Amino acid sequence: MSVSRPAIFVRDMKKVFRTRAGFMRSHVTEEWALKGVSFEVGEGETYGMLGPNGSGKSTLVRVLSTLLIPDAGETQIFGYKLPGEERKIRQVIGRVSVDAAFYKKLSPRENLLYAAQLYGISRSDAEPRALDILERLEIEKRRFNDSLEEMSRGMQQKIAIARAILINPPLLLLDEPTTGLDPKSRRDVQSFIEDVRRERGTTILLTTHDMAEAERLCERIGFLARGRLVVEGTAADLKNGYDNLEEAFIKITGEKFHDNEADEDG
Amino acid sequence: MDRLVLRQAWAFVFREWHLTRRYFSWVVVFMFYSLVSSATVALIGVAAQDFRLTLNLVLGVLLWSFLSCMFSDIANSISYERWEGTLEYTFMAPVSRLVHLFGISLYAIFYAAILGIVIVFGLTLFMPLSFAGANLPGLLLVLVVGSMAFAGLGLMAAILPVMSPEHGAQATNIFQGVLLLISGVYYPVKVLPHWLQPFSTFSPATYALSASRKLIGVDNPLSTPTKLVSSPIREAIPELLILMVMGLVLIPLGLWVFNQAETWAKRTGKLKRTG
Repeated sequence: MSVSRPAIFVRDMKKVFRTRAGFMRSHVTEEWALKGVSFEVGEGETYGMLGPNGSGKSTLVRVLSTLLIPDAGETQIFGYKLPGEERKIRQVIGRVSVDAAFYKKLSPRENLLYAAQLYGISRSDAEPRALDILERLEIEKRRFNDSLEEMSRGMQQKIAIARAILINPPLLLLDEPTTGLDPKSRRDVQSFIEDVRRERGTTILLTTHDMAEAERLCERIGFLARGRLVVEGTAADLKNGYDNLEEAFIKITGEKFHDNEADEDG
Repeated sequence: MDRLVLRQAWAFVFREWHLTRRYFSWVVVFMFYSLVSSATVALIGVAAQDFRLTLNLVLGVLLWSFLSCMFSDIANSISYERWEGTLEYTFMAPVSRLVHLFGISLYAIFYAAILGIVIVFGLTLFMPLSFAGANLPGLLLVLVVGSMAFAGLGLMAAILPVMSPEHGAQATNIFQGVLLLISGVYYPVKVLPHWLQPFSTFSPATYALSASRKLIGVDNPLSTPTKLVSSPIREAIPELLILMVMGLVLIPLGLWVFNQAETWAKRTGKLKRTG
């Protein structure tokens, strides 16, 4: 399917990681994380990328976040080319990864205001905005000044989402944002993602292990396996002829799912 | 500089300030250790009942505390981010590396200055210290100019944790140790082995110390324990010029090297938390 005006345009993206070992590090092994991935995400669309550990989901998100340089292919975000226009791309993306990476000694307030200033937002503008987002994510106001290390994983992940939303990015890259969360936190985060998309028209690329989450949030879903995008379509299209999305994935890709495991290496 | 750039640079000062606040007990421990180790070095001069040796050692510990603290904060800024796991978020923010490292350097200089002040006042508890007659404005100028060169070196050392998540931080400490060894901080460079002496010409600390000794008047035969006879600033101009050139070369070179290392890390996937 070709979308009218793609927020993300990826054509034949490849990424290989080389490891050197042995005497004088002369032995080189290659691991292809992405073997020619092509897809598009339209403006305002929520696109789900489903795949097991090691399928290449996190590598894909890292490339789109300008944290990895692809080895081949054509990539554009809102028309900005990658590699080449990283500075412009960084202004339009927000990312949430599976691990809530923060200064754990600092409070949510300090972490969020620091992030806002990096994006050129003044502290006076950012503070009420951050409070509003945290309130909607059901974090009590009194926790705003507590150290993050005193907070549960679910709360930390909600603050990671607040950090990404605070800068109001047109494109959100959500890399397994609900992995490891308790059911209540998971529902809160999913509802918030729906609200963000509805209210702000944000384009969202979501990688997940969670089939139900993908069905609930995504208009289109791609199956990523061993570095290749095997198939994409709506949840209804993909399930056609199968009992559910998981069965469809297993039958179509020949891969098995390991649910609730983080895919930071993928 | 426009408002956006200032706000972005200030973000790093904001972050570092709050980290200092939150790790305050460690800051106290670090400052106490710096003060005590400075005093133990300076007391060697007191034991020898030689005010020139004492002043030389005091000058050495002060200058080295300031410059090494600044160098270390800049060089380790990347290691800290790796430990916290925030490096990727800093690198994907729309901040130029110049602004990023400027913000880091700004706070590092502030923090190093506070450490220097603490050590000066702390040393007075251990020994009578008098800087009467010393050219203190000149000394301040040496610190400012020397800071630029050390900031450039810090930027170059900061690439080590980018390139090697496992060993980068350790290599930074070795780099700092070598600077201490070759710069003649507590002894004249001429006491080093002949093969090592030429390396001292590459260290900004060598020139900062040489200029400072002139401006304090420690080697002036007319100086006494109560009244120092310092040199005017013009006598330190050769060292100041060398430091200025080093700063002008090392800062852009440090940035260039950092950018190369960052690009390499993004090609090889080394930015990731665990490498």
